[in-house]
Amino acid sequence: MIAQPLTVLNTRRAPRPRLGVFKFASCDGCQLSLLDCEDELLAVADRVEIAFFREATRRPLEGSFDVSLVEGSVSAPEQEAEIRDVRARSRFLITLGACASHGGIQALRNFSRVDDALAIVYATPETISTLPSSRPASDYVHVDLELPGCPINKRQLLSVLAQMLSGGKPRIDQHALCLDCKRQNVVCVLVAHGSPCLGPVTSTGCGVLCPSYDRPCFSCFGPAPQPNTASLAERFQAIGLSADHIRRLFQMFYNQAPEFLEEARRHE
Amino acid sequence: MTSDPYCPHPAVLRSVEPETPGVATFGMEFQEPARAAAFHHRPGQFNMVYLPGVGEVAISIASAPGEGVGLRHTIRFVGRVTNALQSLRPGAVLGLRGPYGSAWPVEEARGRDVVLVAGGLGLAPLRPAVKALLAERAQYGRLWLLYGARQPSDRLYVAEYADWERAGLELLVTVDRADASWRGAVGIVPLLFRKLALDPSRTLVLTCGPEVMMRATVHEAIDRGVAASDVYVSLERNMQCAVGLCGHCQLGPEFLCMNGPVFPYERVARFLGKEHF
Amino acid sequence: MVNTSAVVMEKSELGNLIARLWAEGYTVVGPTLAQGAIVFDELRTADQLPIGWTDEQEPGSYRLKRRDDGAYFGYAVGPHSWKKYLFPARLTLFSIERTADSFAVHQGSTDVPRYAFLGVRSCDLHAIAVQDRTFLHGPYVDPHYERRRERAFIIAVQCGTAASTCFCASMNTGPRATQGFDLALTELPEAFVVEVGSERGGALLVGLNVRAANGEIEAAHQVTETTKRQMTRTLDTSDMPALLYENLDHARWDDVAGRCLSCTNCTMVCPTCFCHSVDEVPDLLGERSERVRQWDSCFNPELSHVAGGSTRPDIRARYRQWLTHKLASWIDQFGVSGCVGCGRCITWCPVGIDLTEEVAAIRGSDRA
Ligand SMILES: Cc1cc2nc3c(=O)[nH]c(=O)nc-3n(C[C@H](O)[C@H](O)[C@H](O)COP(=O)(O)OP(=O)(O)OC[C@H]3O[C@@H](n4cnc5c(N)ncnc54)[C@H](O)[C@@H]3O)c2cc1C
Ligand code: SF4
Ligand code: SF4
Ligand code: SF4
Repeated sequence: MIAQPLTVLNTRRAPRPRLGVFKFASCDGCQLSLLDCEDELLAVADRVEIAFFREATRRPLEGSFDVSLVEGSVSAPEQEAEIRDVRARSRFLITLGACASHGGIQALRNFSRVDDALAIVYATPETISTLPSSRPASDYVHVDLELPGCPINKRQLLSVLAQMLSGGKPRIDQHALCLDCKRQNVVCVLVAHGSPCLGPVTSTGCGVLCPSYDRPCFSCFGPAPQPNTASLAERFQAIGLSADHIRRLFQMFYNQAPEFLEEARRHE
Repeated sequence: MTSDPYCPHPAVLRSVEPETPGVATFGMEFQEPARAAAFHHRPGQFNMVYLPGVGEVAISIASAPGEGVGLRHTIRFVGRVTNALQSLRPGAVLGLRGPYGSAWPVEEARGRDVVLVAGGLGLAPLRPAVKALLAERAQYGRLWLLYGARQPSDRLYVAEYADWERAGLELLVTVDRADASWRGAVGIVPLLFRKLALDPSRTLVLTCGPEVMMRATVHEAIDRGVAASDVYVSLERNMQCAVGLCGHCQLGPEFLCMNGPVFPYERVARFLGKEHF
Repeated sequence: MVNTSAVVMEKSELGNLIARLWAEGYTVVGPTLAQGAIVFDELRTADQLPIGWTDEQEPGSYRLKRRDDGAYFGYAVGPHSWKKYLFPARLTLFSIERTADSFAVHQGSTDVPRYAFLGVRSCDLHAIAVQDRTFLHGPYVDPHYERRRERAFIIAVQCGTAASTCFCASMNTGPRATQGFDLALTELPEAFVVEVGSERGGALLVGLNVRAANGEIEAAHQVTETTKRQMTRTLDTSDMPALLYENLDHARWDDVAGRCLSCTNCTMVCPTCFCHSVDEVPDLLGERSERVRQWDSCFNPELSHVAGGSTRPDIRARYRQWLTHKLASWIDQFGVSGCVGCGRCITWCPVGIDLTEEVAAIRGSDRA
């Protein structure tokens, strides 16, 4: 653990733990969430040393890190060695967001041939160096904790840091979003409006953003443990959704999560 | 107004004694003398041990009532809270609340033979029962302790065995995996039953350990003629409040924290065998 | 029977009653429209009530509809229950602060609102009584519940309409409220019949514009009789708890496990479910930590987590826990059923699982 427990009153504080932030292929959304934590992190500047590596691949890394936060997926050839280097230097490695843990929205390209995708997106596709698929960090190295979300929730990140600074291995809730929806007194959009909400099969963490605004959940936080996607999909069908619509719902931010991948396939 | 049953009380860590790899015994003492004086527990009960900033876990009281100053808890480091406890040094302050739950039938055992059957860390909650039985040795018939550990180095309280045996406890130990120096039995604990000259009608069986081990023990005891109401098991479930309010520890109609953890087997037999209940 | 100390109050007087409660220091909460449903929230005036609205409830479905009259209470229960006030979904129990050589416990504010609940249905009165058994009448008392409960003023409403999901008649919990309230209103076309259930209920009426009741009492009685006849859903509770205890291996558990999402909604909306977790919430400075209590559910795999895995690792085990606890082990634990027949869990289950059907299937009466 990175710090002495609060209870250790007669031992000296540990030296300031070192926190590294690394960016791989992503949209910066998660780093924005992190920057959004600036006020809170400034307040603890004397407890943690924070080193940012915006373009991780551009400079040689030095030293080691007590905690590393890795944003983005591995999607360019040089990033494979890079993620291994970060891992080797880190005691506790946390991936931030859907990209780093499941390939993210850019993993949609995994469903097609990468050359076709390049040709559509870039004017000179031959100048682009990329891996044929967008891969999560855990395909290459051991990950200690995956913070879900597209993007991650600032409060969840701060909670994880606070838990570590208190001397505990961090944990996050991963139960179905519905539990928090109800705790917050939000009216169920599926039951009351017939909106196709993925909340029942989605991991909590977002703070119930969409249902609070009367909108169905799109599963930015990925599957909850043991998601019964088949039963929910059947319900969607009963309220009038087409197979294609159902397939697209499961092919969003967590399209590479095995449970969603499989459910999407059933509606092809 | 009612006081908050969730409220922990500061206790100072006095000692940390390594027992086996990954297990240590923590000696603690309430900071407030009044609370220490008011604390009375019975063998088999447990405390909630609270580490500020990390969380709270249920831990059996491993010391016997009146045994020395403070309370002792033998803890295996398995997860978030227990691993964090591992890094504490004497002088640290943590929280305690208790004692909670039911106790071993030490009083009811007067005049009878007692077989204590422990698996692994299950010896921790049975230790105070051993001490209490031996403290009034003349009140009881034969006393056996059957103890199973994974390997010889996993045995708890080894230094005390000689004292216990001298005081009149018949100790039989078995391990799953022997090493070169091991001269004792190898195999699962319930099999040790077969070595005892039991008089089932005067025997009480008290067992604590992994649930599969306890189930095998119960069957062994009942097969040997011990009444289901004379077999006591100590059960474990997730616990948060320890006072029957949070709902986590339910097994059918029982709140394990309040009605247990120690039950006559007869009372829980119906539900204990049901997978995943 | 209708309480003989009943009076009649014009509908327009309800606003004065609400104002009176506020004036006496109560925070008045009751039904109001929000997010396409009838929920509970603060009420300052009577026109915040869902006047002229009703609800259509089916397994897995809830829709608001206009009524063709101006009824104040012409609907059944919605997604919220009163437990959100008595047993808040999230509550900081206390905080722990590091001191020089120890830690200090800071209890949260004991100054909780004095709630006046307006529009408590009979099933919900019973649900409150069920939670009283858990939080107040056991060996340990929950002080947070106690504080809120002992100050609450309860105005019941006798049900004039039942949803398709209601089955209080089967559970002997309604539709007529007979005790556990300070006042009880029955809505007639032109006025309310007000029954007085307590001294402080009677005192509240002093100075309000009410008159002695005559024929209205019989009319009020007829309101709940009609509602009772409307109720279509039933639950046969004979030989509980044995029925479920003896069927822990029934094939129906596998069947429902295929449909159940383990989403926890049924337990969240249930007015009697009391399971909760207490989490440690430390601050970033390592100086303070809060002990936060939140509603939890037997459908959350974490609820039964022990080092080494969950005691109820699959949906079958979790649904079985919910149903056997509600209808069977609750009786052993608290002397009453954990179900009051409000039907919330049926309506608010996203896939429309209906416990009355599950029980019927297990009983065998439904087996094809
Ligand atoms: C009555 C009783 C007596 C016990 N006595 C002892 C003892 O003497 N020594 C010992 O080492 N252990 C004992 N345990 C087990 C101990 O409580 C768990 O090992 C401990 O809770 C694990 O917590 P963790 O945070 O380290 O693990 P994690 O796996 O990270 O668990 C997270 C949380 O789940 C809950 N939890 C996990 N496992 C258990 C469990 N087995 N029982 C109850 N809650 C659990 C706790 O709230 C815990 O904080 C006892 C349990 C019970 C119920
Ligand atoms: S089990 Fe369902 S019907 Fe019964 S009280 Fe709970 S929510 Fe209402
Ligand atoms: S165990 Fe399940 S059914 Fe019982 S009170 Fe808890 S959440 Fe409700
Ligand atoms: S019964 Fe319905 S509401 Fe309850 S957990 Fe299952 S799917 Fe969710």
